Amino acid sequence: MNVLMEEMNRRALALNIPLGAQLDVTYRCNERCIHCYLDHDDHGEMTFDEMKDVLDQLADAGTLFLTLSGGEVFMRMDFFRILEYARKLSFCIKIKTNAFMIREKEADLIRDSDVSSVQVSIYSHRPEVHDAITLLPRSLERSVRGIRLMQERGVKVIIANVLMRQNMADYEGVRALAKSLGVESTIDPTITPKMDGDRAILGLGIGGQELRDVMHNADLVGNVDEFCATPPPVGDEDLDTVPCSASHTYCYISPYGDVFPCVQFPLPTGNVRKQKFLDIWRYSPQMNDVRSIRPRELPVCSSCSHIGTCTRCPGLAYMQGDMRGPSVQDCEKSYARTGIPSANMKLRFAATGGHPVEGQQIVNLVQIQ
Amino acid sequence: MSCLMTTYVARSKQVAARMLGGEMMIMSPRDTTLFNLNDVGSVIWESADGQTPLDDIVARLCVEFDVAPEVARQDAETFIQELAEHGIMHVSDQPIGAEPPRQEPS
Repeated sequence: MNVLMEEMNRRALALNIPLGAQLDVTYRCNERCIHCYLDHDDHGEMTFDEMKDVLDQLADAGTLFLTLSGGEVFMRMDFFRILEYARKLSFCIKIKTNAFMIREKEADLIRDSDVSSVQVSIYSHRPEVHDAITLLPRSLERSVRGIRLMQERGVKVIIANVLMRQNMADYEGVRALAKSLGVESTIDPTITPKMDGDRAILGLGIGGQELRDVMHNADLVGNVDEFCATPPPVGDEDLDTVPCSASHTYCYISPYGDVFPCVQFPLPTGNVRKQKFLDIWRYSPQMNDVRSIRPRELPVCSSCSHIGTCTRCPGLAYMQGDMRGPSVQDCEKSYARTGIPSANMKLRFAATGGHPVEGQQIVNLVQIQ
Repeated sequence: MSCLMTTYVARSKQVAARMLGGEMMIMSPRDTTLFNLNDVGSVIWESADGQTPLDDIVARLCVEFDVAPEVARQDAETFIQELAEHGIMHVSDQPIGAEPPRQEPS
């Protein structure tokens, strides 16, 4: 992050401004990805006029970075009207899509909308693997075509790949595909529980050994020695810092107008159909509860040697039952990175007499409910 | 920019921009270059609606920041030139169409 971006974030934090927001325009989707956390039925999406009102309110609140996502955004027939309106409000816009429905016309409109980037989900370079995850025949072929059309028009495209057992062997192939298309790519080993609390899809996650391999792959993480180093001694700054942007400089709004601290933090804080966005952002007890979290007060994590370097997600912790508790998936990542068990893992090992087993999915060992 | 003809300046519609803590933050979505305008730059940016002559903008700077007209003019032209080189400000000797600025959150 450059100095100016850091300064902008610092200022937004000090002024309590939601600098970034994700607005899901629909939960409907043409794909049925096996790892998806959403319910794809339409339970009453905001109308175009309601979307406009939300965008006006976000702009007035100071939001600059806006992600338009879903579901699949192009399931909304009025998506380009929403996009055009958002651009008129001078947002810096990122679109998340599967690109299945992007043809020449859509690619032209995306180019003309001056979005900062378009993120496209690709799970494998092999149709039999990708299409088996999306459960939509020819989805890889169509998505790659959409990417190509956008790339040809100078749109910045980023391929996002969620790692699962089903596609673990293919991430190098996806990276090569991205390179051949002239676009960037990212990978993420995080599987998020369903919004309704169902955690069964976590079983799709990669195992501990695979996670370790990913964390020690220099092509993915850069300097492995630095990335996987033993965490430095914990200092006061680590314990008093703001743990993440959720509710501090970032929030998430669902297609139904529900406002959450983050897309991965399904704690209801209010609804823009009933309240003004800024009233929710500033005064919601739930939003302020999340805002009050500091590492020092976390009952388990405050004593963990990883606290200064852990990617602990309070939203994942919330979905495990306690937003101030450990995020098991992040404990796994810290362990896979450094080989040093987290405080939460040590507690569990002590309670069960167990120990981490190479290649075993750690989540089964340390699940807290 | 010539001092002899009326000059108009307009914000590019392609950029992302927001007032943050009294200063305008501008980002070019295409290359994600970020600009932070100080209070003088923010006034110029907000005034650059494509319809207001640069002379009027300079006059506003003189009043708001208590500076001499020649100093304000020089600063404004330098600033506008720099933004124009990055493609986030348009300069013309004719009025230009533009979007109204957003207000800072109240």
